[in-house]
Amino acid sequence: MSKASDTLLEPVLQRNPIGAQMLGICSALAVTTKLSTSLTMALAVTFVLVCSNALLSAIRRFIPSSIRMIVQMTIIASLVIVVDQILKAYAYDLSKQLSVYVGLIITNCIIMGRAEAFAMKNGVGLSILDGLGNGLGYSVVLLAVGGVRELVGSGTLLGYTVLPSTAAGGWYMTNGLFLLSPSAFFLIGLLIWALEYRRQTLAAKGR
Amino acid sequence: MPKESPIRVLGVATVVCVVCSVVVASTAVGLRPIQQANKLRDKQHYILQTAGLYGAGSEGDLSTLFEQVEGRVVDLATGEFVEDLSPDDLAGREQKKELRPLYMVRKNGAIERLILPVEGKGLWSTMHGFVALGADLTTIETFCIYDHAETPGLGGEVSSPRWLALWDGKTALGEDGQPVIEVIKGAVDPASPEADHQVDGLSGATLTGRGVTNLLHFWLGEEGYGPLLTNLRKGGDHVEGI
Repeated sequence: MSKASDTLLEPVLQRNPIGAQMLGICSALAVTTKLSTSLTMALAVTFVLVCSNALLSAIRRFIPSSIRMIVQMTIIASLVIVVDQILKAYAYDLSKQLSVYVGLIITNCIIMGRAEAFAMKNGVGLSILDGLGNGLGYSVVLLAVGGVRELVGSGTLLGYTVLPSTAAGGWYMTNGLFLLSPSAFFLIGLLIWALEYRRQTLAAKGR
Repeated sequence: MPKESPIRVLGVATVVCVVCSVVVASTAVGLRPIQQANKLRDKQHYILQTAGLYGAGSEGDLSTLFEQVEGRVVDLATGEFVEDLSPDDLAGREQKKELRPLYMVRKNGAIERLILPVEGKGLWSTMHGFVALGADLTTIETFCIYDHAETPGLGGEVSSPRWLALWDGKTALGEDGQPVIEVIKGAVDPASPEADHQVDGLSGATLTGRGVTNLLHFWLGEEGYGPLLTNLRKGGDHVEGI
């Protein structure tokens, strides 16, 4: 496989930011009660990641290393504010449900981590692919967790009824635990276990 | 010039700051009209909900539904309506503090619900809400808090539909017209004679609950809409006249 496709695809499963690097877990717990909020958050983080990686990589030769972290922070923070403003204008209800978590993308370790570890050392094209790959990795976990939580917790997916709940006259008894943060811990824990198991089986085969 | 020279560091920092601030400022300013329209729609939505005109099964455009609601401005000092102003005139402009908006829904000319915007301090934040009084002007038909920044899961539960549903049908004002409604600690004993003006407290949110009690007492009392409520209750003619 070429370097480009490695850069894009490795972070999706093998080096998944949440599953393997344990980054960005806070927001993964907070916004995954529903699939719609998970999807919005995944798109927002991916957008910020791609843009910040591209911008920082483009100006990496001009940034003096003594202030590089501050420059990274400033650019990431500006991008996050732009995303927040756009959501407030075009997806008001979702932005209200996400509340502070859009603003907290600034502190998401994945973004600063990729900026520092990848974008500062590689060209623009590869940095964009790296941002996209890590964004996809984050999105996969968020959507998986969000989907399971909404389905088990409310019996719906994206607001559409899949399992008619007893409250609405159906047969499905909703499990309220899945709407609370601890359930995301369990799900992400299981996911990390699955990824680790897969990694070890692959490693054993390779030996 | 070496990469780490102070002048270069300052230069790069300045350029990054200027570019970022221009981008952020232009997005914020450019999108403001759309955001404000969203906020207004959101508020109308809550007013309609408090008015009982917007339920799960409601169809139709928000602004069409909103035509059923009559917006008025009241002078809190005198408790009289101000005839030539509408609530929209109050928004965004410097106004006398005594002028406040309120909304009503009529049935056959008589007031069916009186919707009062209320706000006050919780533990961390200012809570904004609406309280709808029924035709007798003492019973709470619905109460909602639509904007706050209390602790999620504890004080933040003040905006949960389950808690707000507890308010339906509670008595807000006593015989003498003074506010009696309160959020108590723990659950209300349904057998108690005071149960009709008490609401279950939220565990872990004593201070927020106290804030809710205080803001209702303020806005329903002498310094708030109290004089208006007294006026409305006093004269049947007066009520017809408004």
